Amino acid sequence: MSELWWGIIAVSFGCYLLKLAGLAVPEHILEHPFTVRAAALIPVGLLAALVAVQTFSTGTQLVLDARLAGLAMAAFLLWRNVSFLPMLIAAAATTALVRLFW
Amino acid sequence: MSESTDRQVKADSLGVGLGVGLYGISFGALATTGGLSVAQACALSLLAFTGASQFAFLGVIVAGGTATAGALTAVLLGARNTFYAISLAPILRVRGLRRFTTAHLVIDESTAMALTRPTVHQSKLGFYWTGLSIFIIWNLMTFVGAVAGNAIGDPKAIGLDAAVAAAFLGLLWPRLDTATTRWLVFIAGAVALGLVPVTPAGAPIIVGGLLAVAIGLVIGKSAAQVGDE
Repeated sequence: MSELWWGIIAVSFGCYLLKLAGLAVPEHILEHPFTVRAAALIPVGLLAALVAVQTFSTGTQLVLDARLAGLAMAAFLLWRNVSFLPMLIAAAATTALVRLFW
Repeated sequence: MSESTDRQVKADSLGVGLGVGLYGISFGALATTGGLSVAQACALSLLAFTGASQFAFLGVIVAGGTATAGALTAVLLGARNTFYAISLAPILRVRGLRRFTTAHLVIDESTAMALTRPTVHQSKLGFYWTGLSIFIIWNLMTFVGAVAGNAIGDPKAIGLDAAVAAAFLGLLWPRLDTATTRWLVFIAGAVALGLVPVTPAGAPIIVGGLLAVAIGLVIGKSAAQVGDE
């Protein structure tokens, strides 16, 4: 089986067990203020790093290209409270248009 | 009276389920244009069933990272579901086999739709109706998107690489509510980019993200002593 499949199995098991743990483990073990705060911060840190890497890099190189225009469009639409799917389509279209004409 | 409000909870839940489930299309399309097979995209939606983690796994793979780095990032992101489940446990009170099936439905939206209800009965309605409707639509739409994605020749020509970044920004956006989180976002992004040229793909995301978490914990501790925001 390919490495990708093993990764998918690991993600599935890991994510499921984390959900189950919250329903099964006694509250006092997991509700320490430190763990609660860490759990709130982890999505912020990882998603921010994902946005940066996905926008400004290709492989191990830093690049500035049409993706930035798409991200700017996404930020503008999110600020205007546009919902997820139209926002994604507009971001992709912006990047595609910049690539086409520039 | 209580009947009509129950109906309202179900209607709201189905609305959220439809809205959220629909963007399973974007996950499916981005997955197959990013190098996953239709079966792999569908397996993630069926078995992992937590959008942010699925996008994260994909993001690391698309960036050229290993499956291990992708899985690690995705599982770390999934940790917030543990805390959702903790707040849901006293409301849902599930035991035995039921616990194993209920656990799978613990995600951002089902939790939000449960915790905002005035009674335990309506919390349960909100949780199960939202969770199940998202599960069904998200998986159907992942399949549709994955098949459509396979038909797309060059994903970059239609800007799909930017859509991955936009998806992460969309998931991050509701969390940018304090000055502290906005600073942490900047730190995580800057550190990750600084590491891009010198570390293997995938590592910048994990190191940059977790460093920001560590800084946030230290700042949070001193802020809590002063009296917090």
